[in-house]
Amino acid sequence: MNRVLARRLKTNVCGAKILRRTCSTVVTDNESNAKRNSTDDGPQHDIAIVGGGMVGIALAASLASKPLTKHLNVAIIDNNPLLGSKNIIEKGHPPDARVSTVTPATISFLKDIGAWKYIEEQRHAYFDKMQVWDYTGLGYTRYNANDAHQDVLGCVVENKVLQSSQLSCVQESDLQKIVYPARLNSMDMLPSSSLTGLGEVPSTTELFMRGRLAKLELSDGNNVYAKLVVGADGSKSRVRELAGIKTTGWNYSQNAIICTVEHTVENYTAWQRFLPNGPIALLPIGDKFSNIVWTMDPKEASDRKLMSEDDFIKAVNDALDNGYGPHPETTSSWEGLSWLTGHVTISTKERFETPPKVVKLSSERMMFPLSLRHAKDYVSKRVALIGDSAHTVHPLAGQGVNLGFADACALSKAIAEGVALGTDIGEANLLKRYEAERKPANIAMMAVLDGIQKMYAVDFGPLNALRAAAFHGAHYISPLKKRIISYASGDQSLPLFS
Amino acid sequence: MNQLQRILSARRLSHPIISPLRFLHRRLFSISDADASSASFSSSHHKIQTPEVKASNKSRSTSSLKEHELAKFSAIADTWWHSEGPFKPLHLMNPTRLAFIRSTLCRHFSKDPSSARPFEGLRLIDVGCGGGLLSEPLARMGATVTGIDAVDKNVKIARLHADMDPVTSTIEYHCTTAEKLVDEGQTFDAVLALEVIEHVANPAEFCKSLSALTVPNGATLLSTINRSMRAYASAIVAAEYILRWLPKGTHQWSSFLTPEELTMILQRASVDVKEMAGFVYNPITGRWLLSDDISVNFIAYGTKRNDLGDI
Repeated sequence: MNRVLARRLKTNVCGAKILRRTCSTVVTDNESNAKRNSTDDGPQHDIAIVGGGMVGIALAASLASKPLTKHLNVAIIDNNPLLGSKNIIEKGHPPDARVSTVTPATISFLKDIGAWKYIEEQRHAYFDKMQVWDYTGLGYTRYNANDAHQDVLGCVVENKVLQSSQLSCVQESDLQKIVYPARLNSMDMLPSSSLTGLGEVPSTTELFMRGRLAKLELSDGNNVYAKLVVGADGSKSRVRELAGIKTTGWNYSQNAIICTVEHTVENYTAWQRFLPNGPIALLPIGDKFSNIVWTMDPKEASDRKLMSEDDFIKAVNDALDNGYGPHPETTSSWEGLSWLTGHVTISTKERFETPPKVVKLSSERMMFPLSLRHAKDYVSKRVALIGDSAHTVHPLAGQGVNLGFADACALSKAIAEGVALGTDIGEANLLKRYEAERKPANIAMMAVLDGIQKMYAVDFGPLNALRAAAFHGAHYISPLKKRIISYASGDQSLPLFS
Repeated sequence: MNQLQRILSARRLSHPIISPLRFLHRRLFSISDADASSASFSSSHHKIQTPEVKASNKSRSTSSLKEHELAKFSAIADTWWHSEGPFKPLHLMNPTRLAFIRSTLCRHFSKDPSSARPFEGLRLIDVGCGGGLLSEPLARMGATVTGIDAVDKNVKIARLHADMDPVTSTIEYHCTTAEKLVDEGQTFDAVLALEVIEHVANPAEFCKSLSALTVPNGATLLSTINRSMRAYASAIVAAEYILRWLPKGTHQWSSFLTPEELTMILQRASVDVKEMAGFVYNPITGRWLLSDDISVNFIAYGTKRNDLGDI
């Protein structure tokens, strides 16, 4: 400050002016350090992340990892009590039923922000093979990571592991952050106006009055102010609602049951079988455990949730084996199409395999309805939506959270650009860069997943044959297969039209 | 594009294909002229500051404003700074200019480009600051910024807006000219004059003033519009005559400088041009990009030679 003062003394002609500007600078600096002064009714942050789930914390961790954004002052608003403490996951416990299949693109993002090393210390399961088949017995396809010249197709990680690993990154970083254990009640922002108030040092309230800050009222009665509010609060986003952003979408008349099961052997393959009422997926989660995501109509789902454990295990084994229809034959009747196959990769010769048997249910069965929802806008002034608050997808290929991580990555990149260029980080033009990057990618993935869901929602002879043909096509035409793997792995281009 | 034209004609905007920066002063005037009843500050464009304005500090000048005048300033400031408003093309171009400035100045002063405030400790002057669209980001990048403009109204607007954020409230705005600051003997680490030189009567003298404001081994940055057929077509024929976004005669094509001429007059003023880049508008993405094409809009970065003495 002495330096500034000295320079001001040198450069200013008018004595009164020196005094005024210097004083204001001093007070301003104090205010920006403390982020609070007596006339304000709430602390001031650069960014308020509403929702401290995987995607919200991913944004915080991503900001913390970038030199341009690590100085930012971040508020995390979430009433999850786990956020404040460091939650160590005991190794002895069976895995949680809530898991995510993270793609290689997400893995590299998690490596960039420094979270992957924590995940590797905990339970996780890479898989390099995937088998998809359907109940008609007409087709199957096996994907192998080698086909796309990758080491792995993905990794299954418990959500709480993803969450706590990223939280560790945030906690060990220099990022200034405060967790507010509360829910968001209301959000206010005024149009930009330089008219209101002309105090020498604008208070938080004054900045709010001039449209420079958004005001958040929390359920515990506190007010928080921020330049940018990020809605990472899930498919029923309160931020989205308060920002008046509309959504389009529909509910599938389907529910999913998820649970953890145990085998007698270890599982290294991701399995998915399309049944008449929806797909059942068996994902490796480490040790001898697997995770089940079974989609079916709501009536069937509540029956299966309530049935005895033994009956449920029997139903699962049935669904993954001979139930609803026979195994597909390895040597198919599609040899006539060999001219279509082109370069045949090794895995096309791989035989159909039966998934390992389930012997024990290791968690409760959880049920949730499926829907597709997409926000018309991802951003408005001082608001950005990421993850499920912007888009809820069919959990078919486990893509939901990957899209969310990609959102967090893109938004933190846009914020870093804004900081680099000295922009107000709540500026709509800046946030639109994030939207422009993510919206087309998310819509494309949603359309693909919705299309697959629709294709399987109908049990109709010719369509079944068509599906089988599609399987065969995908199984044998290796460039296409490679594309499908790359796309499912988080690459941006569409599998068919690029 | 149709939509853009509709908006443009409705709001009498400047068109993004031509540099919108140059229209700032006029645009501002057309706004205030539209409401002439309260245009108590419809000063002439090149109004010379009065001693009173110069001596006044901010609180005095604001308190001396009448209520409706204050409201007027504020409305214009908000229009100017509204990113979706009439100055939208300018807001879109600003990041591109700033990217060039950031990278060249970081290199010039050996500052860490990955720092959030790389210009910490640097004294910059924004000559022809207008509403402060350039000064504010530079202040957020850590610079100690002085903004000057010959138009008193612009300075008031810039002041009002900068005070909305504690980080930018440290900017000093003065209604003065580069020449006057030279007379006062002021110098700065870097001098920026974007979209100004095409409006001055004597570019060579102006460049000498900019050079005199730059410390030896400091940096000088200028941007302007080229005297090319493409610039003529877009800035004058299209904007002034066909689309009538601008009053006829806004630009005098013959007074534009080519990159070679600018380099030469800067050279004579002891500034060696080190780098030049063009701004190109992509109407599909609505973004401006830096490019090698300097045929319409261009920006030049030069360094002040260390030959002490006369300019």
